[in-house]
Amino acid sequence: MRKLFWIATLVLVLSTLTIATVSAQGSTPTDDEVNAIARQLYCPVCENTPLDVCPTDACKEWREEIRNMLADGKSEAEIKQYFVDYYGARVLSEPPRVGFNWLVYVVPPIVIVAGIFVLFRAFRAWSQPSASSPQGATEASTDEDDASPSSDDEYIARMEEELKKRN
Amino acid sequence: MTEERPTPTPAPKRGVRTSTQIIIWVVLMALLVLVGLGLKKAQNPIISIGSKVPDFPLTMFEGYSYQGASEVNFSDLQGKVVVINFWASWCKPCEQEAAELEEAWRTYADGDDVVFLGIAWTDTPDNSKEYLERFDISYPNGPDLGSRISSIFNRNLGVPETYFVGRDGVLRNIKIGPFNSVQEIQATIDPLVAENITAGE
Repeated sequence: MRKLFWIATLVLVLSTLTIATVSAQGSTPTDDEVNAIARQLYCPVCENTPLDVCPTDACKEWREEIRNMLADGKSEAEIKQYFVDYYGARVLSEPPRVGFNWLVYVVPPIVIVAGIFVLFRAFRAWSQPSASSPQGATEASTDEDDASPSSDDEYIARMEEELKKRN
Repeated sequence: MTEERPTPTPAPKRGVRTSTQIIIWVVLMALLVLVGLGLKKAQNPIISIGSKVPDFPLTMFEGYSYQGASEVNFSDLQGKVVVINFWASWCKPCEQEAAELEEAWRTYADGDDVVFLGIAWTDTPDNSKEYLERFDISYPNGPDLGSRISSIFNRNLGVPETYFVGRDGVLRNIKIGPFNSVQEIQATIDPLVAENITAGE
């Protein structure tokens, strides 16, 4: 009886494995799986329209082609390369990282970093007092003669005296 | 008596050094030149009537060949009038002219003066083959792999478009849109066939 039980269990386990294998071979890629690749591609005909949202009949055929390739076991990279080989690099949502295309990836970050550096220097310069300010001149004259008042104060005092005389 | 005001101490020099500024400007100008070159390269159209058509390969669909070969280079067709027709299976106007093109081709097929090349533009292989079978197209046909052939003639290609190249490899005529009749096609080809014969006589 016990032996029969184990044989039955073994048969049941093996049969479920078979069912699982058949299911995997016959499964159709879902729309989400197709669109995950399609949104990385542009419609070869309609400008600037991602393949996953393009409503034309031609785009529906291309999405079906992606579905068939997924069902055949092709990887995402293989499918994208197929589209590039057949329709050109313009179908990619990101330019391939070859040749002058590298400028697209390198130049913007450099410009941003340079801009931040320029702003940093500008802010720092604005917050630092300059040596030509009245406070600086006052300090300079004080260094020369500690006993006499600042020239600006004298100048201001003389101006006020002159104004009083005129009034 | 006038007292002299003390001369203020000059402020320390601020800002980017001159040599650095020069480098920045040189880099910016170089980038602008690169962008300009890229835009010039992307200009459309690439060739126009009167200019020589560059060489390009055409790998044909299964079942199609030219002189026994499944791939033909445009340069192999020097000395012949070449009719290059861009089409797609999803293109309704292309269907309007498909029968006329095939009929026109059959009037020249037995001779050695004219070659028709059909180029499937942004089409799927299965649909292209179904289209060719539906209209019983017999002249050499192949896909525009990588959109390389269409980028020679028109970066903003629409279909159908037909380009007529003379025996000397110079682009002679362009037809945007479908042909209305076989006579219209022949009326464009016959002068090209005749003109070089006249020159050679």
